[in-house]
Parts: sequence; C-alpha cells; structure tokens
Amino acid sequence: MSNLDKAGINRRTVLKGAAGLAAASAIFPSAFAIGGQAKVKVGLLLPYTGTYAKLGTNIKDALELRIQQAGGKLGGREVEFVSIDSEAKPPKAPELTSKLIKKEKVDFLVGPVHSVVGMAMVKMARKDGIITVIPNAGANQLTGSLCAPNIFRTSFSSYQPGFPGGKAILEDGHKRVVLMYWNYGFGKQVAAAFKQSFLPGGGTIVKEIPTPFPKVEFQAYLTEVAALEPDAVFTFYAGGGAVKFVKDYAAAGLNKKIPLYGAGFLTEGVTGAQGAAAEGVRTTLHYADSLDLPANHRFRDAFKKSFGRHADVYAVQGYDAGDLLIQGMNAVQGDTSARAEMIAAMESSTIDSPRGKFTFSKSHNPVQNIYLREVVNGENKVLRTVEEALEDPAEGCKIA
Amino acid sequence: MDSSFYLIQLLNGIQYGFLLFLVASGLTLIFGIMGIINLAHGSFYMIGSYLAFWFTSLTDNFLYGILLAIPVTLVVGYAVERLAISYLYQRDHLYQVLLTYALILIFNELQRMLWGSDVHSVAVPQAFSGSVQLTENQAYPVYRLLISASCIVIALAMYWVIQKTRLGMTIRAGASNREMVQSLGINVNRLFAVVFSLGVTLAALAGMLAAPVNTVYPGIGDGVLIISFVVVVIGGIGSIKGAFIGAMLIGLADTFGKVLLPEMASMVVYALMALVLFWRPQGLFGKG
Repeated sequence: MSNLDKAGINRRTVLKGAAGLAAASAIFPSAFAIGGQAKVKVGLLLPYTGTYAKLGTNIKDALELRIQQAGGKLGGREVEFVSIDSEAKPPKAPELTSKLIKKEKVDFLVGPVHSVVGMAMVKMARKDGIITVIPNAGANQLTGSLCAPNIFRTSFSSYQPGFPGGKAILEDGHKRVVLMYWNYGFGKQVAAAFKQSFLPGGGTIVKEIPTPFPKVEFQAYLTEVAALEPDAVFTFYAGGGAVKFVKDYAAAGLNKKIPLYGAGFLTEGVTGAQGAAAEGVRTTLHYADSLDLPANHRFRDAFKKSFGRHADVYAVQGYDAGDLLIQGMNAVQGDTSARAEMIAAMESSTIDSPRGKFTFSKSHNPVQNIYLREVVNGENKVLRTVEEALEDPAEGCKIA
Repeated sequence: MDSSFYLIQLLNGIQYGFLLFLVASGLTLIFGIMGIINLAHGSFYMIGSYLAFWFTSLTDNFLYGILLAIPVTLVVGYAVERLAISYLYQRDHLYQVLLTYALILIFNELQRMLWGSDVHSVAVPQAFSGSVQLTENQAYPVYRLLISASCIVIALAMYWVIQKTRLGMTIRAGASNREMVQSLGINVNRLFAVVFSLGVTLAALAGMLAAPVNTVYPGIGDGVLIISFVVVVIGGIGSIKGAFIGAMLIGLADTFGKVLLPEMASMVVYALMALVLFWRPQGLFGKG
C-alpha cells in the first residue's frame, strides 16, 4: 500500500513539473521572437541504434560541426536540430518522416543512411516540397526516377563507385573477371554500373555470382572462384560481410593469385577488423581518409579535435550536407519561404568538400571524382583518380 | 570443373554442417527435453562470439578466451532459466515465444551497450593460422579443419554423456516421461536448469569457435537462429541424431545449391525442409 502511495505522489509531482515546463516553454519562444527571428529547424532522420548507428552518429556530428564553423547559424538565424532515430527500419520511415514534417514543422530534412528508408522519405518529401538533403542512401532512384527539385544528395549514387570499377580493373590489365555481390538493390545497381564500363571496354565476365543478402557463408563461392581462375574479382560487400569476405578470400589463399577489387565499402571503416587480409585490396570510391587535399586535412583535424575520433566517408557526407544548407540559406538571407530561390542557389553551388570540390548534376547528385584506392598498412591509399567529375546518368529523372 | 572441385565443395558442405550441428543440437535438446521454444538460442551464439572476442583481447590468447567464456555462458544460461524460463513451463508455447523474443531484444541491447556497433575480429590462433594447399589456386585454412575436428569431439562427448552417464540417463528419462522421473524423486527443476544451461552453451561454443572465421558483429545470431530451427525441424524435434543428419543435409544442400543452382541458393535449404516434412511431417527421427 505504502508503495502505491509513494507512486501516486511521484506521479503527481512529475505531472506538476511537466505542466510547469510546458507553461515556461509556451512563454519563452515568444520572448525570443521579440528579440529576433525564430530558429531554423533542421530535422534529422538518421540511425543512432542498430547496425548503422556509427554512420548516423558520424553524419550528425559532422553536419553540426560544419554549421558550428559557420558561426552556428544558417542565413543569420539560430539553428535548432530535431533529431529522430530512424533505427534504419523501413517500416517506420513514413511515420517518422511525417512526424518531422507535420508535427515538428521542420524547415529542412536531412537523412537517411539506409536506401529503403530513403525511398519512403523521399516520396513524402516530394509531396510536401520540403528541401531535403540525403547524406548517404545511395540507391540510384533517389536522384533518378524519384528525383525532384527539392531533393539533394551529398553522398553518391550506387552507379558512382560501380562504373569506375570496370574502368580501373581494365586499366590494371585484367580482362577476365568474376563479379560477386550481395543480391539486393544496392549490390545489383553497383554490379550493373560495373558492367556498363567493363563490357564495352573489352572485358569478359567469366561468371556473375550474386550471393544471398545478408548471408556471409562464402566458402562454396570461393572454391568456385579458385576453379574459374579469373584475372581478378570485383565485389560489392559492406560492413560485417565485407570483413568476412576479405578474410575468407585471404584464408583460401586466393589473394596471392587473384587480385581482389570492389566498391569502396569493401574496405571502408573495416580495415582494422580485416587486418593483414585486406592488404592490397583495391577499391573505387569518392573519398579516401588519406586524400592529400588541404580541405581534407582541415576537416579531419577539426573532427578529431571536436569528437576525439577519426572522421570517415560518412562524416564527410554529413559535413557537406551542412555546407549545402549554409550556402542555400545564405543566398536568401535566412528567408525559408523563398524556396525556389534557395533551390536555385543550392543547385548552382560548389561544395569545397574534403573529398575535393564538387558541383551538383541537374538531378541534384554530386558530380565528383572517383578514386582508386589500395589498402597499404591498414589504410586506403589513393592510387589515382579513375574518373574526374563523374556524373550519374540519372535514369528516369524528369528534371534532368 | 574437375572432380577435385566437387571434393572441395563436399568438404565445405560437411564443414558447415558440423558447425550447424553444434548450434542445433543445443536447440533440439532444450526443445525435446524441456518443451521450451527458445527463440533466444541465436542470442547465445552471439554472446559466445562476443565473449570469445572480449576475453581473447583481454588475455591475448584464444584458448584462454574460450576457457573463460564457457563458464560465463553456463552461468548466464543457468540464470536465465531460473529467473525467466522456469516460470513458464506450465504456460502455452506462445508465452515462451514472447519471453524468449524479449530476451533477444534485451541481449541485443546489452551487446550494443557493452561492445558497441563496430565489427570486431578475433585473430586465428597462431598455431592454426596456416593453410593446406589443395589445388594450384586454393588453400584450405587449417583452422576450419580444426573447427570440424572440435565439433566431432563435442558430438562424441555428447553421445557419451547422454548414453553412458547418470545425467544422460535422467535426461533421456525426463524427455520420455517427465512425471515418472519426478515421482522417482529426481529434482526435475534442477535437471531442466542444467539442460538449458548446457544447451545454450553449445550454441555459445559454436559462436566462439566460429568467431575467428566469422568476425563478430551485431545481429550475428539472427541468421543462425533460423537455420538451426530448419535443422531441428528436418531432423525431428528432440533428436540429437536427427540434428546431426539434418545439419549435414543442410550443410551439403546449402553448399551444392550455391554451386549448382546459384539463382535459387537462398531457397534450396527451405525447399529441402518442405520436401522432408511432406514425406515425414515429424522430421527424419522425430517421434510420430
């Protein structure tokens, strides 16, 4: 009984406190409004839990860092971040997106990491017209068949690491290649883009091996690769699958005979876990930690100083999303109602990114350099720029 | 593709089968004897992997890592049975499913809090890091052979415990007639706690042994859970022998499915399950 009483008191106290807070917050915004303009609300839909937690956190931190560097303001207005954990779960995406747009009434939408979450989010953003910046999700459709004037991407399309892969592997003198990838949307798009440059360039696909996603039992396939004896292998795997694949490939002794290539994610953020097995693996991506550019050094130092850990490609994409928002808002002096003008400014902006300067295509995807990297002592070293200012073909995009 | 190609694939299949057997035997033991559907079985696989990673990095020795991880899993299994599962023996399977599903979520969250979301790797012990050259291009890692050898040893030990020891006798008796065993004065509560603890430790042990080849990452147990249920259902619920045959069938079907029917690779094992159930609804060695 006494327990129940206590609970009652506790709840009442809490309720009173909550009511007080609500009253206070009802007064304060108007008080601020007298002094100046209301804050700009930036809605973030990123994963902070689950497999993609690290990606979401790095994007958020780098985005905030960029805005902080610009005096913490967008177009002269203070910024308020409204952050929701997407958990990288597609079924939750429509509800969470709608919460940001309708309930929180944010001025900008930033997210997501996961491509399928991206589909749901972009479909709603298209209807609403809210300016949206995608800091990772790479599905071609997001700036292809689903493109819209208000949708921007600061990361990449799956075409972008795939297409240069075919060119790079031919330049290295490999003509007979086994193509292996996780058999789902993103993997298939990377593989298709690879073939677009590899086949016309005179290459032969000895065998295409789509493997079930997200399974990591590769032994049977590796035995097959050994028997096929190709010149090289091109792959798409990421995260835990990438670690397992690269380790299995080396354990089977294949790395000594048949060079391993892949879309950059094969060795991105996982070389520590791959260890010696990753040495010599070559990948194509729009960024490398070791990229020797002043903007990259500045960014990496600032990120390290602020958060005590090293930046990665995801942080770069978040950082550039921040830059794009700054440029858009500065162009209209913080007037969020001037949407068309802001979009025009963002469209024609040049981002001085840690990955190198880039601009936007008509479908609002980065027109960017793609580098061939090789793992040396656990780090992705840039060998050469495979494609300068590579533009996504934006298949099915009406505004392009 | 010559005959050596198929021989190596056979080896791959058997090797995978052994690992599956280790996980599935614990599941079938718990289900057959206690009548508990343990959805959290995959979580124990994950716990095993993470503990192996953790203790190995603390002691710098994989063997010590495993030796430390085994008692910890035994204790965790015992505690879970006493604190949670034991309250649901009289209840419907639905309650057990709900409880053990909740355990999956709890263990996943604990894993995230303790070890974060990064991908970790466990080094293959130095003595077994070599490989055997099979063909001109392909080598077979010694450690993978060691996994198979360990699985054989564990399978034989299980056979011995269940067939030849007093504990095994009680377990077998408990499985066939719980009330009779109880009326003969055997403490069924303690027996169940021991069986549960041993069963989940088998899953964890599989996770530990596989850690060096698998790498350790969040959600590692999820895929394992589903495939172990397939093995148990094919072999017949509660039958260790069935789990062994089932695991070998799945291991081989999965491997050769990938080679011969690559487009349907992910379906082959389920098609096999459907076929077996069509022919014998109670599984190969299940009690009809």
